[in-house]
Amino acid sequence: MTLDEIRTRARKKWELLEHSDRPRIFIGAATCGRAAGALGVLEVLEAALAQNNIEAIITQVGCIGLCYAEPLISIVKPGRPHIYYGNLTPELASQLINDYIVNDNPRPDLALGSVGEQSIEGIPQFWELPMLKPQVRIALRNCGLIDPGNIDHYIANDGYSGLVKTLEMTPEEVIEEIKKSGLRGRGGAGFPTGLKWEFCRKSPGEVKYVICNADEGDPGAFMDRSLLEGDPHSVLEGILIGAYAMGATEGYIYIRAEYPLAIERLKSALRQMADYGLVGDNILGSNFSFHIKIKQGAGAFVCGEETALMASIEGKRGMPRSRPPFPAQAGLWGKPTNINNVETWSNVSAILGRSAKWYANYGTEKSKGTKTFSLAGKVNRTGLIEVPMGIPLEEIVYGIGGGIPNNKQFKAVQTGGPSGGCLPANRLNLPVDYESLAEAGSIMGSGAMVIMDEDTCIVDVARYFLSFTQSESCGKCVMCRLGTKQMLEILENICNGKGKPEDIDLLQKLSEAVKAGSLCGLGQTTPNPVLTTIRYFRDEYEEHIRNRKCPAGVCKALISYSINEEKCPGCGLCIKTCPVGAITSMGKGKPVVLDHEKCIKCGSCYDVCRLDAIKVE
Amino acid sequence: MVKAEIRQQLDELLSSYNRDGSNLIPILQEIQERNGYLPEEAMQKVAQFLKLPESAVYGVSTFYAQFKLVPSGRKIVRVCRGTACYVRGGARILSEVEKHLGIRAGETTTDLEYSLETIACFGSCALAPVVVIDKTVHGRMTPAKVKQILADARNGDEAKS
Repeated sequence: MTLDEIRTRARKKWELLEHSDRPRIFIGAATCGRAAGALGVLEVLEAALAQNNIEAIITQVGCIGLCYAEPLISIVKPGRPHIYYGNLTPELASQLINDYIVNDNPRPDLALGSVGEQSIEGIPQFWELPMLKPQVRIALRNCGLIDPGNIDHYIANDGYSGLVKTLEMTPEEVIEEIKKSGLRGRGGAGFPTGLKWEFCRKSPGEVKYVICNADEGDPGAFMDRSLLEGDPHSVLEGILIGAYAMGATEGYIYIRAEYPLAIERLKSALRQMADYGLVGDNILGSNFSFHIKIKQGAGAFVCGEETALMASIEGKRGMPRSRPPFPAQAGLWGKPTNINNVETWSNVSAILGRSAKWYANYGTEKSKGTKTFSLAGKVNRTGLIEVPMGIPLEEIVYGIGGGIPNNKQFKAVQTGGPSGGCLPANRLNLPVDYESLAEAGSIMGSGAMVIMDEDTCIVDVARYFLSFTQSESCGKCVMCRLGTKQMLEILENICNGKGKPEDIDLLQKLSEAVKAGSLCGLGQTTPNPVLTTIRYFRDEYEEHIRNRKCPAGVCKALISYSINEEKCPGCGLCIKTCPVGAITSMGKGKPVVLDHEKCIKCGSCYDVCRLDAIKVE
Repeated sequence: MVKAEIRQQLDELLSSYNRDGSNLIPILQEIQERNGYLPEEAMQKVAQFLKLPESAVYGVSTFYAQFKLVPSGRKIVRVCRGTACYVRGGARILSEVEKHLGIRAGETTTDLEYSLETIACFGSCALAPVVVIDKTVHGRMTPAKVKQILADARNGDEAKS
């Protein structure tokens, strides 16, 4: 069967589904949705439908990105728009079946938004919501909208049309198209993708490899997981296009073992591709043959670095090596190899499916297209987002993210994970592109974006990142192995009230040495969180060192808790929460008493008190 | 486990792989999946099978965080220490879990019922802080919810939310 025939059939099935006379329910069942309780909601939905003898079509979809509102479903009744409902509980789910599906009350009080020509009173347009309006979904084009376990859904939505076009072009033309699009590597470093492909293409050798880097290790990053769980074919199609352009016949997807659902989705996607002749020998009847294997990582952050990743595929310890030779010359088993990140591959299939010109319309002069981010931390609307390059950070934090919860003050936005930096409020006007972020001392990175509020201690954040990279250092380079250890000790001292005035300078000197003395990206970027926090929050370091105070009230050695007797009504909520019994009641209406000897400064009482009656100093 | 038993299981497992060094990690992953750890005899046998020095197998086993050289508990409780979880009070969640299980991160209860681990990031950051019991991810944890999910796990009736 040709792809045209497959597509015609897939479109027919899709149309039948779209115009089904049965109600349809889409439920976000990616890892985030499941963690929020989606499978429990699903059970209740099925039971409530059965009880009412309603035959509905339930489709499990990936993440649409509104993670703060998970579990999330959308309901479509025949001839009516899609209506999205968020923050569902099993109780609300069963109410919705009764109220909307049985009785036709769309429950605007529970709805987030609607999609479709008609609108429903009291329900806003879904794509016009403040979280969604500024977004441009290219890599995530199908996430949350199609069944990731059904290749026909992808094909019905123009999937694999980029591959068909590719097979009609010469490899050089494909590379030219990617170059024209301006696409740069989305794994973090931002190297021009077309150029990287050209190096590999021109590298002599019969056997070449293409690798998809799905070893998403940055803490705070979940874009690649969501993309693989929500639309694996967009990534797989990109890999095929790249393999054709570079003349590779074998490929690997290197994915974290911590992502079991994404692995399952990939495996089933590959099986369905094989059934349609989209992978293996003579793809779609052409001369192009390509085989893909999945390799599971075994829990080493450094394996996100390309030479370490290749060592790991070869069955060795994942330790980086010096370059040159670059992977394009001598990579996996010494053969020319190209590695791109999950998001890059999904952009590739979009570019070939539409055009380089269309793609280059988005973004800035040097950073074209869009970038996905996982927005997390102290922000009202956490989620998976995709924005055009050049968008100001402010618009992400306040527009899309809806600002900081509980009326707290914004303190910093952390981009680029442990390799990136913390940017303060006065840098929020910064456009999100590779150059601007680097100039500010951070990096674009893979797309982790963690928001911090006034309750976050910036020195403790630096300590946290250092403790992570220090333990993940593979140990090959002395400066990365030992320098980070020294830096961590200094930061621990500062947090424990043992900081010395010369520590800040020493940290800066060590940072420069670690950067200069490390082979790979891990060591070279490890000091970034320390350097940016010193650059933008020096006064907070000094407060810790000179005055032995932690302004955010986080560093245990520098704080103490006390009861504000004027505000405390003696409700006793803190007494129940205190894990060590340090708080005692003096009777109703009288303030409680805190025993400083017993207090372990865990902060449980502070969190639970609704009246601000617990003071931290 | 009895040595003979390990040998028999290994023979069967190894027969599905060819003797290529690149199979080392997948083989170790499968052994770990079946036993919960890598028994010494198994690592020796794998070295023979792949014609690798035992030191190379040991090197790989100790390099990757996934591999355990001692038996772990029947249930694995993993607390995320990713950035988002950290910012949203992950440390408190960890100490709460430690308190309830009576062990610290990296340890196993004496009855081999629970192992407690921390993990770099689960990628469920939008629902931070996160605790994972075996394969079930529990999001938006609070100290009170920790108590609840551990009680549910203990009753063998894992909560779905």
